[in-house]
Amino acid sequence: MTNLKLDSNWQRILDKIRTWARVNSPWAIHFNSGSCNGCDIEILATLTPRYDVERFGIKLQGSPRHADVLICTGPVTLQARDRLIRIYEQMPEPKFVIAVGSCGLSGGVFHGCYNVVGSIDEVLPVNVYIPGCPPRPEAIIYGVVQLLNSLKSGVSKVGTVAELVEKQEA
Amino acid sequence: METRKSSEKFVVPIGPQHPALKEPGHFEFTVDGEIVTGASVRLGYVHRGIEKGAEDRTWTQNIYLLERICGICSHVHATAYVLGVEKLAGVSAPPRAQAIRTVTAELERIHSHLLWLGVAAHEGGFDTLFMYSWRDRETVMDLLELISGNRVHYSTNVLGGVKYDLDTEKMDAIRRGLDFLEERTHHYMKVVTTDETFLARTRGVGLMTREQAEALGAVGPTARASSVRRDIRIDAPYAAYPDFPVKLITDDGGDLLARFVVRLKELFESYRVIRAILDQMPEGELTTRVPRRIPAGEVISRVEAPRGELFYYIKSNGGEKPERIKVRTPSLCNWGTVVSVAVGHKLADMPMLLAGIDPCFSCNDRMVRINRGQGAQFWSWENLRQYGIEYYR
Ligand code: SF4
Repeated sequence: MTNLKLDSNWQRILDKIRTWARVNSPWAIHFNSGSCNGCDIEILATLTPRYDVERFGIKLQGSPRHADVLICTGPVTLQARDRLIRIYEQMPEPKFVIAVGSCGLSGGVFHGCYNVVGSIDEVLPVNVYIPGCPPRPEAIIYGVVQLLNSLKSGVSKVGTVAELVEKQEA
Repeated sequence: METRKSSEKFVVPIGPQHPALKEPGHFEFTVDGEIVTGASVRLGYVHRGIEKGAEDRTWTQNIYLLERICGICSHVHATAYVLGVEKLAGVSAPPRAQAIRTVTAELERIHSHLLWLGVAAHEGGFDTLFMYSWRDRETVMDLLELISGNRVHYSTNVLGGVKYDLDTEKMDAIRRGLDFLEERTHHYMKVVTTDETFLARTRGVGLMTREQAEALGAVGPTARASSVRRDIRIDAPYAAYPDFPVKLITDDGGDLLARFVVRLKELFESYRVIRAILDQMPEGELTTRVPRRIPAGEVISRVEAPRGELFYYIKSNGGEKPERIKVRTPSLCNWGTVVSVAVGHKLADMPMLLAGIDPCFSCNDRMVRINRGQGAQFWSWENLRQYGIEYYR
């Protein structure tokens, strides 16, 4: 790895292509860390004919190892916290987290319940917050599209191979 | 060479994050080749401590908390709660409010059953049916949104009545929606009972006799598909059901097919009841006054959720907050049936079997069981309370 030039022009072009591909077809995984189900059925509804996120190339995936985006719902419960972290760690870099629903953002109505750790961003770094209880499917799509836009315009960094290697060595 | 018969079992762990269901639950299936020889389930990933939290909120705040026990059957939770509290306070909501509650409850049943039909079909690998039923489900979501302004948590109930009125325009929209759905449901009935590939996955699978269903304490459509005659709407009518009775629907198949048929037939029943209520909507007020402090006492309140009997126990000590609220949800009652019916089936049938009871994790995760080494320990209310107190400190 060391004698490969990671910031060569060639590599930069490859990175651009990777970003392009990623923005065109993000694969998402969904995890419920303690939600009431309301947000989950709305996420599922975005896949069905009326909303149909697949037209943006977004696909809901079963395995964290294949996913780019983690869509998270619900407050994080004590029991689900470790699982959530484990799923996040299983995802390959670069990875993004979308928190869906008021209780994922702040604990919502469950704020203060004894088994609730709190919002998702207390456990994972969150890129996009989608408020609502539950957010409408349109809002969820809008949130995902925001993420894609920010990747395209470079506001959210996908990270080049050089950075990834650096991160891994650190 | 000596052949050794292994006494060790091969265990397939599934979950808590898994592609089939959208909620976390952990299953362990012991298999012998393809055949499942034992099944166990570990729940509790979405345990939040709602019952404890409810003691910390006022009577009114609790409507919104309890509604969020489950996002699919939120209205029945609120209904069970407000009916119980109204009984404690000695008031009863005006007839028009009761009728609107019932309309919302039945619309919610329609949404829930269509949702289930899609998910169950998806587990069976029949994604076309999944997409169609979810497309049609949007019709009823639109109706619910029309009534309440929200697609999932409608918050129709308040203590002593309802928030939203139904005018002629809305009623007409509901009727139109129901006409469309009724036509579609006939189509689904045809698909489910005649499609050979689908029948191969459902007919004779997950057979549960009436005795088994009763011994395992099954409730709702799962029990009724094994010809158990049990429906709270009929056994102990509440809200507007005394005036607009529903017909009991049972099936004596006892297999997955029967569970499909029962739920689809219930849809027709719901359409009929909603139309009947809309045609004879009682006139009058929407709310009555309920005191801020609820008189001391205890009460139980039962309603029929889309998945079966929902049970609330509410205790008041005369204050502004409840002393204790206990909820027993239908999914928990039905888990036992999956675990025992699973034995002897192919591993590939498990997702269908699981989906067959229409499980809902968010509503049954309110008991914690912790495995420490060999001994399993149940957390009693006292432990939980202690834990809660220490956690807050
Ligand atoms: S934000 Fe609302 S709908 Fe979503 S999981 Fe939380 S309580 Fe349920």
